[in-house]
Amino acid sequence: MLYVTIALFALAVGLFALHLFWAKARGWVWKAVAVLGGAMLPAGAYFGLSWAPSEQDMGEVYRIIFVHVPMVWAALLALVVNFVASAAYLFKRSWTSDSLGEAGAEVGVVFGVVGLLLGSIWGRPTWGVWWDWDPRLTTTAIMLVLYTGYLALRKFVDDPEKRATWSAVVGVIAAVDLPIVWFSVRWWKSIHQVQSNPKTIDRSMFVVLVFNVVAFMCALFVYLWHRFLIAKAARAREVALPSALPPAGPQEAA
Amino acid sequence: MSASFAIRPIGLLRAAGIILGKDLLIEWRTRARINALVFFAVATLLLFSFALGPDVDLLRQNAAGYMWLGILFASVLSLSESFRVEAENATLEGLKLVPTDPRAVFLGKACGNAVMIFALCLILLPVMVAIYDVSIAEGLPKLSLVLAIGCLAISAPGTIFAAISANARARDVLLPLLLFPMLVPALLSVVKATALVLQGDLQDSLRSWLGLLCCFSVIYWALGFAVFPKVIED
Repeated sequence: MLYVTIALFALAVGLFALHLFWAKARGWVWKAVAVLGGAMLPAGAYFGLSWAPSEQDMGEVYRIIFVHVPMVWAALLALVVNFVASAAYLFKRSWTSDSLGEAGAEVGVVFGVVGLLLGSIWGRPTWGVWWDWDPRLTTTAIMLVLYTGYLALRKFVDDPEKRATWSAVVGVIAAVDLPIVWFSVRWWKSIHQVQSNPKTIDRSMFVVLVFNVVAFMCALFVYLWHRFLIAKAARAREVALPSALPPAGPQEAA
Repeated sequence: MSASFAIRPIGLLRAAGIILGKDLLIEWRTRARINALVFFAVATLLLFSFALGPDVDLLRQNAAGYMWLGILFASVLSLSESFRVEAENATLEGLKLVPTDPRAVFLGKACGNAVMIFALCLILLPVMVAIYDVSIAEGLPKLSLVLAIGCLAISAPGTIFAAISANARARDVLLPLLLFPMLVPALLSVVKATALVLQGDLQDSLRSWLGLLCCFSVIYWALGFAVFPKVIED
C-alpha cells in the first residue's frame, strides 16, 4: 500500500510537472490526470471506509478525515495559486495570470466551503457542536469571506484591465490570511487538531490520507485547468485580442 | 535664471505631507465629513445599547467591542469619501500628473484617513465612557496608544480598497465587502487590547495583543505602499 501510494504520488507530480513545463503536452495531460483521479477517488473512498483501522476514541466517525483534510488542503493550494498568479500579474501584465487568478480563487472557495461543511459534520459528533470559535475555524471562515469579496470585485468591475489589476492587488493582500490559516493550529493550541503527519496519526491512516490527497489534487488540477480555460476564453472575448478573432473568411477578404 | 524654472521632482515624504495638508484643509473648511462621522458613530453606540437593553454590566463588559464596531462602520463612510472628493472634479488625474512617486498619494491619503478616524475615536471616547459607564483602568496615555495603532491598522487597507471601489460599480457595497474580512484579525486584537486597557491588565497580556496589532499594521502599510501605484494607474 505504501509503495503504491508513493508511486501514484510520483506519477501525479510527474504529470503536473509535464503539464507545466511542456506546452505541447497540455492537450492530453489533463485527460491522463482525470483518468488517474477518477480511478483514485473511489479507491480512496474504499480504503478510507474499510481498509484503514478505526480510531480508538472517535471510532468510525474519524473516517471523514479522508475527505475533509484533502478538500481543505486543495482549497489552500488553489488560493496559493491565486496568490502566485496575482503577484505575477502585478509584475508583468498578462491575461494568462489574470485568468489563473480567477480560476484559483473560485475553485479555492468552492473546495474551501465544502471542506468547511465536512469539518462541521465531523465536529458535531466529536466536539458536540457544529461550529466553534476556534482559531482554525475562524481564520478559515475569514479566508472564505475574503475570497468571496475578491470574486465579487471581479463581478463589479466591467473594464477587464482595471478588473485584472485591482483583483490582483486584492489577491496579494488577501493572501496574508493563508499562512495564518495554516499555522493557526500551531500558534494557538486549541480544539482543532494539528496538521496530520506520521507523528500525529497512525501510519496506516496516514498512507490512506496521502492516497486521498493525491486523488483530490488530481481533481483540483482538472477543475483548475478547465476553469482557467473558461476564464481565458471569456477574457479573449472581452478584449478581442487579435489572435482570438476568427481567421478572416472569404467574405472579409473580398 | 532659467534654472529656477526647471521642474524639480518633489521628495516622497514632502509630497505626502502636502497631500495630507490639502486633505485636512478641505476637511477643515467644511467639517462636513467629521460631523457626519461623529453623528453616525454616536448613533451606532446608542443603537447597541438599545438593542441589548439597559443591562449596564453587559454594556460595560463589551464596551471596547461596541466602540470599535462603531468606529469601523463610520470609517467606511470616511474612507469612501476620501476618494469621492478626488473623483468629483477628476482631481485624482491631476495628482497622478504631479512629478513625484504615486506612493506619496497613498501615504498622504492613508495618513489623512488615520487622522480622521483618530479624531473620531477621541470624540467618541467620552461618549462611550458616559453611556457605557466604563472606567479607564490603565490610564489615558496607554488607551491613546492603542486607539492610534488601531486607526493606523484600519486606514492602510481602507485607503487601498477605497481607491479600488471608488471607480467600481456598486462602490458602497464593495468597500465593506472587501474591507471587513480583511480587518478581522486587526479588529480582534485591537478590541482585546482596548478591553484590557479599560478593564485592567491583570495577566500582563496587553503587550502581546498590541504586538499582534502592530504586526498587522506594518504588513498592511507595507503591502499598501508597494501595490498602490498599480491601483491608480491607467
